[in-house]
Amino acid sequence: MLKDITLGQYFPMNSVVHRMDARYKIVITLIYLVMLFWGQQIWSLAAGLIFTATAVFCSKIPPKMIIKSIKPIVPILIFTGLINLLMLDGGDVYWKWWVIRITEEGVQTSVFMIVRICLLIAGTSLLTYTTSPIVLTDAIESLLSPMKKLKMPVHELAMMMTIALRFIPTLIEETSKIMAAQKARGADLESGSIVQRAQALVPILIPLFVSAFRRAEELALAMECRCYHGGEGRTRLRKLQSGLRDYIALAITLLMFAGVIVLNAVLH
Amino acid sequence: MESLISIRDVRFAYAAGDETEQPTEVLKGISLEIQKGELVAVLGHNGSGKSTLAKLLNAILLPTSGSVQVDGMDTTDEARLFDIRQRVGMVFQNPDNQIVATIVEEDVAFALENMGVDPDEMRERVDEALKAVKMYDFREHAPHQLSGGQKQRVAIAGIIAMRPDCIVLDEPTAMLDPQGRREVMKTIKRLNRDYGITVILITHEMDEAAQCQRVVVIDHGMVRMDDVPEKVFSKVGEMKQIGLDVPQATELIHMLREAGYPLDPEIITEEACVDALTELFSQKS
Repeated sequence: MLKDITLGQYFPMNSVVHRMDARYKIVITLIYLVMLFWGQQIWSLAAGLIFTATAVFCSKIPPKMIIKSIKPIVPILIFTGLINLLMLDGGDVYWKWWVIRITEEGVQTSVFMIVRICLLIAGTSLLTYTTSPIVLTDAIESLLSPMKKLKMPVHELAMMMTIALRFIPTLIEETSKIMAAQKARGADLESGSIVQRAQALVPILIPLFVSAFRRAEELALAMECRCYHGGEGRTRLRKLQSGLRDYIALAITLLMFAGVIVLNAVLH
Repeated sequence: MESLISIRDVRFAYAAGDETEQPTEVLKGISLEIQKGELVAVLGHNGSGKSTLAKLLNAILLPTSGSVQVDGMDTTDEARLFDIRQRVGMVFQNPDNQIVATIVEEDVAFALENMGVDPDEMRERVDEALKAVKMYDFREHAPHQLSGGQKQRVAIAGIIAMRPDCIVLDEPTAMLDPQGRREVMKTIKRLNRDYGITVILITHEMDEAAQCQRVVVIDHGMVRMDDVPEKVFSKVGEMKQIGLDVPQATELIHMLREAGYPLDPEIITEEACVDALTELFSQKS
């Protein structure tokens, strides 16, 4: 059961969005996020909505998956909605009771906030649904590479992420083995208070850590045997390649962002 | 034949934990010549120093005294470090702990990426290496989806992609099931036969050693025997005294010989044993 866990939430499909250069996808997502919070008009939100819907459609990801990704944050949505609704005062008063006043501005802002957060989650989930963690790591390394001049260990960070991704399934498997071994010796992991259950985890975590350290040592040795000496002079088997579709997508995003800025300036 | 690796009077001691302790000497003067294209088994029980010897061959460890030369390059020469490591590849016991990447083909490419090989040539060498270990169809799998034997073959592919002259395998089958062992042994023998790669197989499986051309027995940091497997295993008494076994077939023949039956002591394979016994029976009857 533990073995079947998926890494990240990558949803493999053959679509335009999946085939896009991950670097462009990251940049577009970032622009999109800024745009969502920049826009103050209903039009900019509508633009965001259409943009997201189009992207989801092109990615062939079932919309159900996107809705599923929004589910965990429903409490946050309700909370932000209520705060905005009750705290903001301005415009017509729709309803009044004791100190509570529901006003035009309150309703507008709370609806805005809810839609914004939904779009934000939908957009970022789309990035992780359509890009495998390993490609994402490569893209981050490539995007951050100018930071190397500032002595930021970009290659090392990316290598750490790759190794972490590689060893997650191995360590999960190991954890279930250790758990089975401790259960066979009578360890009780499922009952008792929270404190007791936390204490029951200690005999699982200690062997897991010991073995992780041993693995790390052996892996380092194996890497040395394969001439590893950091990021200098390294080439890659798989190059990130950008093409026409990436330029078009970026151009559309930039145009939309510009539109939102203009709308903001004109209508204010 | 030409010598590929020459080990001359090598001693090695691991540094002691604290100053009052004497450093423990693991290797006590080993001299060996490994020829090009050989398939050599290094036998020894736990703590005999055989893994230490393996690590000296590609400059992971440096000898305390004596010298190790790979194709004329001394392992202490830091300028040639990556040349040496590219020529003498190493495969370890646990396949899980030597696979770096999350996709099989990217792991095979790891060494080439480190060496700065051009991406187009890299593609070619990765495919070639995967085909050589018969794992090409699994090139896009994640390592955790593979069996132990398959993972070990991926690890071997990661080494042969460097096009080494020699592969050192440190108990590569110790953590595998019988099926995985057979797969890995077949792969190793094929690489030696078809690709002419020198193989140094460190093992304590007698049946694996019996399949090699030469067996070196290490005991207490010294070379005790160095001969063809038939000769080594025929010394059943000496092997037992070192704490090593002999293949089952040899053991049976040995017991029959002690009981007075005239049999060839240099039988190490099951087939040869069966033949000899059939002959013996036909003589009797």
